Amino acid sequence: MAELRTETMTVNMGPQHPSTHGVLRLVLELDGEVIQSVIPTIGYLHTGIEKTAEQKKWQQVIPLVERMDYLGAQSNSLSYALCVEKLLGLEMPERVKNIRVLLAELQRLASHLVWLGTHAMEIGAVSMLFYALRERELLMNINELVAGFRFFPSYFRIGGLREDLPRGFHDAVNAFLERFPAKLDEYEGLLTKNDMFRRRTEGVGVLTEEQALAWGLVGPIARASGSDYDVRKYFPYCGYETYDFTVPTATEGDVFARYRVRVAEMRQSHRIASQAITRITPTGVWACDDPRVVPPPKDKVYTEMEALIQHFLIYSQGFTVPAGDAYVPIEGPRGEHGCYVVSDGTNRPWRVKMRPPSFVAIQALPSIVKGGLIADVVAVIGSTDVVMGDCDR
Amino acid sequence: MDASAVIDTLTPLVPGAEFEAGTSVDFACLYVPVGRLVETCRALRDTPSLRFNVLTEVTAADYLPRNPRFEVVYHLLSIPNRSKLRVKVRVEDGGSVPTVQQVWPSAGWPEREVWDMFGIIVDGHTDLRRLLMPEDWEGHPQRKDYPVQIRKTPQTYEPLEVSEEEFRANLERDRVKRAH
Repeated sequence: MAELRTETMTVNMGPQHPSTHGVLRLVLELDGEVIQSVIPTIGYLHTGIEKTAEQKKWQQVIPLVERMDYLGAQSNSLSYALCVEKLLGLEMPERVKNIRVLLAELQRLASHLVWLGTHAMEIGAVSMLFYALRERELLMNINELVAGFRFFPSYFRIGGLREDLPRGFHDAVNAFLERFPAKLDEYEGLLTKNDMFRRRTEGVGVLTEEQALAWGLVGPIARASGSDYDVRKYFPYCGYETYDFTVPTATEGDVFARYRVRVAEMRQSHRIASQAITRITPTGVWACDDPRVVPPPKDKVYTEMEALIQHFLIYSQGFTVPAGDAYVPIEGPRGEHGCYVVSDGTNRPWRVKMRPPSFVAIQALPSIVKGGLIADVVAVIGSTDVVMGDCDR
Repeated sequence: MDASAVIDTLTPLVPGAEFEAGTSVDFACLYVPVGRLVETCRALRDTPSLRFNVLTEVTAADYLPRNPRFEVVYHLLSIPNRSKLRVKVRVEDGGSVPTVQQVWPSAGWPEREVWDMFGIIVDGHTDLRRLLMPEDWEGHPQRKDYPVQIRKTPQTYEPLEVSEEEFRANLERDRVKRAH
């Protein structure tokens, strides 16, 4: 009998594979159906945002950075704005902080809803996507109400917010917050006790706490492995220390644990948002009181010479930021979302660098899926919740 | 924990290394001599009073007219001690830094990105290839002397399978077909 020829097979997955969240390419080396090695290839969505940002004025960078992590757009601009405000030494009024917290939590909900829908769809529960996008649509409507833009609101500005809240904002947010918990129960009813879903996710892609931290996966992935690190608790920003919420954790470290942590996180986000909306008055202050950064109110521009000059200077030259560097992390939907900004004292940033949580997650992907099956790769990618725009920038 | 406290703890652990506290507005910043980087990082990770167990980010900045030109920046996080630290290394043009992959595995891709974007060689890296730019790209885009707008002809490894004549013939045939 002729000797059996045994060798591993190399299979290309992506960049157009529907379950790779955009344009992630994986080169899989397979032994039968068991994965021997994975080589991720990224960069298909590299748009040079960090280089472009160096040519823009400080305030003009906000719409650019929002296009990095496009599902959690406002977490990009929040970390950038907090970082520049740190360099400027600005302190925000309470109302601005509360609005930022509220919108950041709604952004987390919107991002997690897309994750929930796509993750469940990829492993077979197709109808989940329709349910999840139904609620996300309401959040997009709130964005539209606030900023006139659904996906990239650019509502957070250095020095506060772009303008005051619109009429009807409280009604829209309250209507959503009232509706959401029952819908979340509905999602859980579809998935948490679903036998097929659990068989696809339990014990798959296991990561220990030590591994997760060694790979720098601080965020929901590490929390599903037992770490309790959450930037909102460890290094509070925007007054998160005044809110009553807990950090959900799990110890199994598998795909199902990540699912449970993110769903529990959505309940906590709902809790924070409900507290924030009661603290926000319908009208009030929406920017800090610093004439260097914030343009004067329009009625003063029309009546006072100095205000007109200041308005003209801010819109033509922009403002300068003291030389130095700062790194301010926030808890984004995908984990620690930090921005490192270097200023040389002029009206344009010298260097803007995002710390992209998706980039870190894809780096760790080979160590998570090694030894698993091809079908597990899809489940694991879904559970890490990667966004390629965030990864490639 | 401020930079001087970190330096006091580190000095006996890494004998002979000259640390320098950097100015910062957020948390402690430390300049480390490039030759003692790996030793220092290991001490930062393993000393119980420091215990920086997570490397959140590695990046660089190009301060062009200045010499040495680059600064490689490492952001460290200590979850047990609830503290953050920024470690900086000064690198000259054409210079190199040692890899810290064996201390924190998460340094792998960020260090590749530093090579890709700034052309700073990372000594001892297990897989130092371009990461975000195509493999045949020339130059390192994040350098300050790299032009912002350039025109490059698209490069492909293999020529297109359809020749220009065939392409035009196909177009003509389709146009004739659509006319009817």
